[in-house]
This record gives sequence, C-alpha cells and structure tokens, in this order.
Amino acid sequence: MNGPSVPVDSHPVNPPAPGTWEELVTAALLGTDRRTPPGCEPGREAPVALLDAAAVETVRRRAGLRPTRAARRPRPAPADPRPALPAAAARRLAMLLADRPGAAGGGRRGTAPDLMELLPQWLATANDRGYAPPPQSLPTLLDAARGRTDLRPAALAFAGPRAVWLARLNPDWRFALRATPGGGASLPHLDDAAEVQQLWQEGLFAERVALLSAIRAREPGAARELLTTTWVTERAEDRLMFLDSLRTGLAPEDEPFLEQALADRSRNVRATAAELLSALPGSALAARMAARAGACVALDHTRTTPTISVEAPHQCDADMERDGVVANAPAGRGERSWWFGQLVEATPLSTWAGRLGGRTPGELVALPVTDDWQGELHAAWCRAAVRQRDAEWARALLGSPSAPEAGGPGAVSLAERAKLLGQLGPAERGEWVAGFIATHGLSEAFQLLGVCAVPWAPPLGRAVVDALNIARDAGSYPWSFSGVMGLAERCLDPAEASRLDGLLAVPDEPEDASPGAGGYWAEAFQRLVTTLRLRAAMIEELEVISPAGV
Amino acid sequence: MTQQGVRWTADQVLALAPDATSRKAGSKLGAAGPWSEAGSADEGTVWGLCKGSGSKPYQTVIDIADASGPAYKCSCPSRKFPCKHVLGLLLLWAEGDGAVPSGSPPDWAEQWIRGRRQRAAEKWTAGASGTASGAGDPEAARRRAERRATRVTAGATELEQRLADLLRGGLAGAEQSGYGLWEETAARMVDAQAPGLAARVRELGAIPASGPGWPVRLLEECALLHLLDRGWLGRERLPADLADTVRSRIGLPASADGPPVRDRWLVLAQYDTADVKLTTRRIWLYGADSGRTALLLSYGAAGRAPELALPVGLVLEAEVSAYPGAGQLRAALGEQFAPPAPTAIRPPGVTTAEATARYGEALREDPWLDSVPVTLDRVVPTPDGDSWQLADADAETALPLTAAARARPGLWRLVALSGGAPVKVFGECGHRGFTPLTAWPQGAGEAVRLC
Repeated sequence: MNGPSVPVDSHPVNPPAPGTWEELVTAALLGTDRRTPPGCEPGREAPVALLDAAAVETVRRRAGLRPTRAARRPRPAPADPRPALPAAAARRLAMLLADRPGAAGGGRRGTAPDLMELLPQWLATANDRGYAPPPQSLPTLLDAARGRTDLRPAALAFAGPRAVWLARLNPDWRFALRATPGGGASLPHLDDAAEVQQLWQEGLFAERVALLSAIRAREPGAARELLTTTWVTERAEDRLMFLDSLRTGLAPEDEPFLEQALADRSRNVRATAAELLSALPGSALAARMAARAGACVALDHTRTTPTISVEAPHQCDADMERDGVVANAPAGRGERSWWFGQLVEATPLSTWAGRLGGRTPGELVALPVTDDWQGELHAAWCRAAVRQRDAEWARALLGSPSAPEAGGPGAVSLAERAKLLGQLGPAERGEWVAGFIATHGLSEAFQLLGVCAVPWAPPLGRAVVDALNIARDAGSYPWSFSGVMGLAERCLDPAEASRLDGLLAVPDEPEDASPGAGGYWAEAFQRLVTTLRLRAAMIEELEVISPAGV
Repeated sequence: MTQQGVRWTADQVLALAPDATSRKAGSKLGAAGPWSEAGSADEGTVWGLCKGSGSKPYQTVIDIADASGPAYKCSCPSRKFPCKHVLGLLLLWAEGDGAVPSGSPPDWAEQWIRGRRQRAAEKWTAGASGTASGAGDPEAARRRAERRATRVTAGATELEQRLADLLRGGLAGAEQSGYGLWEETAARMVDAQAPGLAARVRELGAIPASGPGWPVRLLEECALLHLLDRGWLGRERLPADLADTVRSRIGLPASADGPPVRDRWLVLAQYDTADVKLTTRRIWLYGADSGRTALLLSYGAAGRAPELALPVGLVLEAEVSAYPGAGQLRAALGEQFAPPAPTAIRPPGVTTAEATARYGEALREDPWLDSVPVTLDRVVPTPDGDSWQLADADAETALPLTAAARARPGLWRLVALSGGAPVKVFGECGHRGFTPLTAWPQGAGEAVRLC
C-alpha cells in the first residue's frame, strides 16, 4: 500500500525508506523504552517523535491508497423476458414483504389487515399475469420463501432466473437451487437421452426426483421405463419416493410394473403399489379386491325393505397381505372390520351397482345396512371415492347439505367430507358448502371452506357473511370465529365488500350479549372490509400494463 | 400542474420510520380501514382521523413541505417520532388519490399548519437578524469561549501525556489493560468539553479487540489523535480554514454561516448510526446545478429518530449553508421552496481509481477524514473470496467493500439489482474500503436504498 507519495499538507517529507512504517509499528508495539523508533533520539521525547512520524506516515499511506485488482466478475444473470411489474404493484409487494410475522406476538389484531397472509394470493396473481419482480426485491422475497416453505413454489416462480443466479452467491438461499426444477444443475433437455441417462445415473436424489417428475408429466411411459432400469438397485426410501411420483398420469400401462412392486421387500413400497393399483379400476388387483369385498357384502331381500348385509372376512390370508391389506389392526379396532374396510376401499366403485341390484350410487348410499355396519361401509366408500376420484359417488356420499346428519358426527366425518368435496367441480362444491352453512352455521364449516375455490362464488360468500351476521346477533365474541374470519379475508370476493358496509357500525348491545362483543365485531368486520379493499386494489394494480420507462 | 401530483413512494415513507417496529405498525395502518376524513392539500399537507383503541380517533396531520423536512403532529400518546399513525397516513397518501383525496384541511389541521408556518416564518426573519441578537453580549460570549478553550487545552495536554505514556510502555500493554482505561480517559475529555476527542478516545478502546492487524490500526488512530491534539495546541499558527477544521474535529460548536446555496438538491442517502445515548442521522445531498455534495446531520436522543428526514431519490429545491472548516461537507438545510419531488437526476460518477484519488486529495484539507462521498459509475458487485468488491466494468481495478457493508442486507439488494451487470453506486470511499449507500440500475429505474 505504500504507493507513490502524495505531498501532504504543509509537511514536505522525503519519501521514507521502505519498511519505515513496519518499524514504527514494531516500536509502538514494544514501547519506546524498549525499542527506539527509526530516526528518533532515545529518551523522554521518543514517544512524541514516534507519534509525529506515525501521523505523517498514516496520512501518507491513506492518501496513497489505490484500488485493488478486480476479482473474477460473476457471470451476468440470465435475462428475464417478462415485463416489469407496474410501479404500484412493486410498491405493494415491498409492503407485503415488509410485514414479517413474529414481532406482533399475541396482540389483538385490530382493524389492520394481515399483510403476510395476502402474499400467496398476490404471488399467484402476479405469476398468472407473467410479471417479473423488481430485482432489488429479490432478497426479501427469497428470505420470505426461506421462512415459509408453503410460499416457495409461487415465490420462486415469480422470482425467476435472477433469483437462482442470486441464490448461488448466498448459502442462505440454497433452497432455491434445490426447489426450482433445473435450478441447480439445470435439468437437461428431456429429449437428450444421453444427458437424461447421465443425470438419472449420477444425480443427487432431489435432482433425480425432479427429473423423473418432469418426464412423467410429459411422457408417463418413458418415466416408468427410466425407473425400471435402476429399480432393483435403489434404496427402499428412494423407491417409495420414486413410486409416489407415478401418481401423476397413472394409467393401465403401469399395471405390470406395479404388480411387480407388490412383491417388494419394503412394506411401504408394497402398500403404495397396492394403493396405486386399486386406483386403476381395470387392474387385476382391483378385480381381486372386488371379488373379496363382494363376498362380504350382499343384498338381504328377506326384509321388508332391501337391506345390505355385511359379513366381514374371518382372516387375512397371505394373498390379501400381498395385495396391500395390512393385517394388524390399530389399537381399539376389531380385526375383521379393519380388513373389511381395506377391501372395500380398494374395490372399484363400479362393482357395487352390479353386485347390489343395479342401483345408482345415490340409491346404494340410501340403503339401510344391518348390524351397525353402515359406518364402516360408508367410510370405506368415501375413501374409495376419493382414491378413484369418482364425482358421482362423492356426491351421493355427501348427500344433501341441509340434511340434519350432515352437520352432526354422522357416518362421514368432516375431514372425509372435505375430501369428498374435492372430487366435485368448483361451482358444485361452493354451492354445497353454502347450503351446509345456511343450515348448520359456521362452527363446523372451517375445513369445508378450505377446499372451496378462491374467490368464493357469490352464493357461498353470501352464506358466510349471513352466518357471521347471525353469530354476531347471537351475542358471542368474534374470536370464536377467527378461523372463518381469516378465511373470509383471504377468499371472499372483493366485490362483496360493499355488502358489508352495514356491519361496520358498533351495534347497540342486547341484554344477553357478551360485554363489548359489538365493538369487537365491528372491528372484525372493518378488518374484513379493509382486507377485501386491499385485495381489490392489489388485483387492480397487477392488471395495469406499465407504460415504457418509469 | 399542482405539486399534489407528487406523491412519495412507500419506500420513501417507510424511510421516515424511527425503527423496524414502527415500520411494521405503520404498514398495517397504511390501509383505508381505520382512517376517516383523510385528505391532502396542494401546498403539501396531509391529514386524517385514525380510529385507535379509544373512543376518540387520533388526529394526524403532516406538513411535507416544511422548510426543515416533513413535520408531523398526532394526538396519540406514542413517544415514537413519527408515530405509526403518521407513517400509515403517509403510506395511504402514497398509494394515490383513492383513499386520501385532495381537499381543504379541516379546522383542527388548518390551525396547526398555520401556527407552524407562522412560527417558521418568524424564525426565518429572526434568523436573518439572529447573528446580531445572538451576540447580545459579545464580551460575555468571548469570555465563555476563552474559558472553554482553556479547558480544552488542558484536556488536549493531558491526552498528549497519556498517549506518550502509552507509546513509552508499548501498545502490546493496551490489549491487556482493556476498555476501562479508555473509558476513563474519554470521561476526562468530556469534562474538558472536548466531545470530539472523547469520541476518538472511546473508539481507541475497541480497536485491540477488532481482530488481526489491530496494532497497525491502533497506531494509526493514536497518531491521528496526536495530530489533532497538536493541531489544537498550535491552532494560532494554522491557516484559518484548517483551524476551523480542527475546532470542529475537537467538537466545538460552530454555526452554518456559509452563504446559502440555492439548488435542486438530490437526496442521495439517509442513514442512522446509534450509540447508547444518541442517534445520529446522516443525509447526503447532491446539488444538480452546483455539482456540490453536502452532508446534513441530525441528532435524536436514544430511541427517538432524529427529526430531519428526507426521502431518498427525491429532489428538493432548497437553500443549504455550509459549516466552516477546510474540506468540510457538513451543511445546514435552509429554506425549502417546494416539497420533495421525484426526479430522473442521477449524480455523475467516476471510476474506482478516481474515487481513491479523490479521497487522497480530501485528506490534504482534512487529514482526519475516514471517507469521502463518491459516486462510482459502471461498477459490478463482485465476490472476492469471503468478501465483496465493486469492480470497474471497463478496467481491472476494484474497491473492496468495508466489513460493515458486507454484513448489511443492502449488499444483497445491490447484488440483485446488478445481476452481474454494471450499476451506478453512491457511497463513502475511504481507508476502510467502500460503503455503498444507494444504487441506480443500468437502464431506467429509481434509486435503490442500500442502507
């Protein structure tokens, strides 16, 4: 650093001999009592002389600073062809990202919207419109995705190629390389057989899963063949994950491979193979299960009304076990009903019409069942309807939303009902839940609302708002409904905001109401309306096509 | 066109927040929900009623066009300044006309604004004749200054003695003696009414624990402290400008009595540093017409943000007066003629070689300078082992970043903004390296805060 000297101030110094500074430092470190600094007299004045010389040297060294050599510059980030985010939307993003959870603690929520909860929706819309983020927002975006795995797919899709470039420079964001398909090593072109083979043979587990899923999505048969080439040499956990990726694009052509996997060493692999096979109604396994289940269920015509009678299996033989039936019942369950449930679950639903007198699913569900077997049978049908994605059966098992048993802990639990709803189309789903809420209120509706399409269809939105209004009039506190309120903030159509205006005022408190509830409700509705307005503004900002330049 | 069209960005509003908690609380209030009767007027005022937990809503009013930066008033009891209501209302206003329409202020807001403007006007007229009235008793003021000078001289002499003792025994001993010795010396300098010396002494105490190479840094700082002592003791023989610099480095009060320079001042950067007792805010300005760079300093007690706050990336038409001293960039903000407005102005930049040369030249006027403000043109943030540097796009030279800059999240904003391409970066360049404060992308785009 001892560059060419720049004359400093009014001290004309001769260029000192090289090494002077080092000698000064040594003398200072040891003390002038022990070491006389260069060019000084030993004695009382030595420290001052040392400081004088050091001051001149310090300023000289600083004044002579020069830039260092440039290191190898990073390769430029790949271009992002997407149009830049409109300015208003970019500001909104910054605001949503600035609202980090955690600091708020257990405080009351007040009337302000929960911004972090709106981020998923914002990201989905921005991705839908195909905008690119402002580059300087990438660090906070990546930090947000790092903290919340559920945000990652949408956040990384939005963040785009520059985020992957950035993640290579910062170990904190390494997840972005793993999570983005092709992020790290970048997937080879899927048509390039040699490269695909190489990655499949030598890649890391995550890369291989990504590769397999990508191929499976494009060409299901090719993915299965690729998997077959190395199947016997894979570890059990890996086999399970690979097998699981065959769920996408499952087709009858997969049957031979899956049949073979039924004989796998690992129990989990066997069970998954059996599950996949039973989702193929034409498979041999499905036929075997149908035969077994059929033997247990019959129509009893001896009674006044036709009734389903059930004779559960008496044993679980080796063949059943090979077909994925788990022999040991969990604690508290009878073995026979446990086996029976598994058989019915894996049986193609289309079997039952033939077996039970050509009835429609609706008629079959309505039939009485002997000896308390109804719960077991219907629950198994529900699982089968979900596994086989059968909308007609799902509809039949759901029944009418306003039926009294729909609200209570009937044959079909809420969780199962939510899964059944998932088999219906979005409109039908919304209508069913709207009907359910109109009859049974909100206390059981949370799980069901979670499977409805966002934004909620008008009838569903109205049903929720009406039910909230009823709950308020009933005098309870709004936090009993905080789950539904939170969902409503995120899912209610922003166009409904104006319908809520009447609910914002603090109502007169009736005699029997909980003290202060009215005020809290007004606050909760204010937050709801604020959030809806915010969402409307959010969506609108993302519609704008930005003019060129800023 | 009215100036009302000039709304700030959310970033600029959030830059006013005294701390992260306020920033968050303010963002939450930046939505129409709790607000009523909000509005803004053309001359740069914003007002609104915010529903809080009580029955009476808080009255919030902001004067953005105030001569000394934005001024705020809120009827809430918060001791934060500005409070979350002010931030929320400004955010709402930044969003556009929808939530905060133009109009004329209600009585309660009008009263405050009028009172404020009136007082400000009085202060200006008073300020014009203030030098005369301030020196009401020049004889007494002179005696006070003399008494203080005597105490500072005693302090500087004592400090010289302590430095000589230290060097006689060797710096190696400083590592063992630890922090206490320095704290005590710093307290002596406070007693001597030389806060500048006290601060430097306190910094010496931290050097032995600052990692490899500390003897070099300690000797450098001891030597510069010695130089400052000597400068003070021999100030009569120094050129007048340099003597002023020494006075300001010692920590004696000075007033910004340079001639006011009217310009379009671009706000380059604003950042706070805090110690136990004091928050110091530094605001860098660039004069678009004069080409001058000026530094505004503002102080706040611990936990309170300094009052002066200017949004980065905006330009304000105002007068600025320099403080005395050779090579001193410190100035005071005078009258503001228009509210801050967005701009496409960017400061002109230099290469890394020119930047270091500029620091070297600045040392000629003020040898105690740690860094100078510089805008680098066409540099690429480049990883260099564990650290980072800004490398010239068109030459094989680079400036390393300071250790502090490497640890800040702003580094990643800078790297992301660049994406491996050249950017323009404003920052402080000195013997510790370069501290980036603001950056502009290669193409069009607004300034990005890095601090």
